[in-house]
Amino acid sequence: MSGLILEESPTTGDEIITNYTINFGPQHPAAHGVLRMVTELDGEIVTRIDPHIGLLHRGTEKLIEYKTYLQALPYFDRLDYCSPLGMEHSYVLAVEKLLNLEVPERAKWLRTMFAEITRICNHMLNIGSHVMDVGAMTPNLWLFEIREDCLNFFERASGARMHSAWFRPGGVHQDVPQKLIDDISVWLDKRLPELFEDAMSLVCDNRIFKQRNVDIATVSKEDALAWGFSGPMIRGSGIAWDLRKSQPYDAYDQVDFEVPVGTRGDCYDRFMVRVEEVRQSARIIRQCIEKMPAGPVLSSDRKVAPPKRAEMKQDMESLIHHFKLYTEGFHVPAGEVYVATESPKGEFGVYLVSDGSNKPYRCKIRPTAFSHLQAMDFMTKGHMLPDITAILGAMDIVFGECDR
Amino acid sequence: MAVLHSAPKWSSNEGVLDKLVAALAHRVAASKEEHGEIVITVTREHVEDALRILRDKHEYQQLVEIAGADYPSRPERFEVVYMLLSLTQNHRIIVKTTTDEVAPVPTVTTLWPVAGWLEREVFDLYGVVFAGNADLRRILTDYGFEGHPFRKDFPLTGYQELRYSNEEKRVVYEPVRLAQDLRQFDFTSPWEGADYVLPGDEKAGEGK
Repeated sequence: MSGLILEESPTTGDEIITNYTINFGPQHPAAHGVLRMVTELDGEIVTRIDPHIGLLHRGTEKLIEYKTYLQALPYFDRLDYCSPLGMEHSYVLAVEKLLNLEVPERAKWLRTMFAEITRICNHMLNIGSHVMDVGAMTPNLWLFEIREDCLNFFERASGARMHSAWFRPGGVHQDVPQKLIDDISVWLDKRLPELFEDAMSLVCDNRIFKQRNVDIATVSKEDALAWGFSGPMIRGSGIAWDLRKSQPYDAYDQVDFEVPVGTRGDCYDRFMVRVEEVRQSARIIRQCIEKMPAGPVLSSDRKVAPPKRAEMKQDMESLIHHFKLYTEGFHVPAGEVYVATESPKGEFGVYLVSDGSNKPYRCKIRPTAFSHLQAMDFMTKGHMLPDITAILGAMDIVFGECDR
Repeated sequence: MAVLHSAPKWSSNEGVLDKLVAALAHRVAASKEEHGEIVITVTREHVEDALRILRDKHEYQQLVEIAGADYPSRPERFEVVYMLLSLTQNHRIIVKTTTDEVAPVPTVTTLWPVAGWLEREVFDLYGVVFAGNADLRRILTDYGFEGHPFRKDFPLTGYQELRYSNEEKRVVYEPVRLAQDLRQFDFTSPWEGADYVLPGDEKAGEGK
């Protein structure tokens, strides 16, 4: 606390308190990472917020310029570590767009399915921590059960709980066992709705929760557009914009789902949009399980996708391909693309420039949190200090992605 | 060329490029349509103008992203790339302009408030100056950082490293010391146009 100066009022003789400035963060449990917000307060009313970001800046984009296309992939898991496969999705699609590479049908469905499991996984963390930020403890514990299930599914598919590196240019790294798909199917019927609806029954109509969120930080449609909002943030403001619907990729044009929108554009709407998205994601996963065909899961273009290990042991040409792909990597035709997908947090884009070599010339990552966090100043203006945590919780910000 | 990939599909690009180039008229320096992306290069002084026309007359409501890129061999080495999105037409375009270390690019914070941080980021990482941006501070790098790390001539390892010093009881900054050199492997095949001569192969070209 600095600048706490007590002055004498010239007219009444009372003591008047001038605005004072406090630091929210860099380490604060409700900041969801390393965020420092220089907050100017008039009593308990926020008059100005200046978020300082970059405390987790690791120069991912620069590192990617020194790696081959395949080596660059795992960096994407480490951006938004709450929804790793959502980040990979944009990158592999950008590489495929430059290569104009066809992906086998089963791989498209697998990627769609796991992108949706990622969405559930991400929303469990966000919904839970948002609820906890405004004072409730129990729902978070229940929602983490679901998140744990999702992480177990990732582990069974890729071998890693969080940093999967499972989506590859040309498909996915390995096929999933049928038992995993059966287990996901049972989980969708039983465990997910049980835990989730139980937890939501405690929160959605809860008086305290509504008092903390309804009419907090309302954002109009015009503001949402001008501030570059996307994902649940723009839908909470009442604009039915979902890239899965309007610009479908992979198998999203073959599944049926609804896009929930808010009516008032406040924190409660943004929260409820996410709640409904979880139910819609469950619907999409169900359709994926039903419609997924059998077949290969990785492109058969040997100049991009490596051969199977068994082939490599038998066949000279496969061995050469394998060696070349894991040392030199594949070459991507020169050009530039911007590919954005609907990650759980909003529009996550990759602007990829290739100069025809085996390494990206420039890979600009468009994080969702960057533009959302920038709006923090106008969204908090006039609200109380404790509302900051509710607003931040409803934004769904992860600093791995914001700072890159 | 047939579209084989499954990247996001927006509404058709057909005729859009011609229409936009005609609308922007003298502001356009170059334009192309490659890999399904419409890329329009506008002259630097007309950036704000051009984007205003695109926003108000052609329904590109959202500025999604501003990216910087560095091409040291060009006379104007930096590119500033604006990604625009039209929600009503369901369409995306890329607009870009070029600049060097000193020439300022007009700000577009007048059109979209979101441009504030996006321009700060390009300034921080590339050193491109935006005329009219009232808050052009560093954003991603450390307090007191020097240089612009995403320029191609900035080393990957940087110049400074920091650690907690137990003697001084505070974080200290020191010049980077690498226990092992940063290794850059080059896997490009010498048969497919690597731009160096293999050791012992110096005389190979002389007979020709």
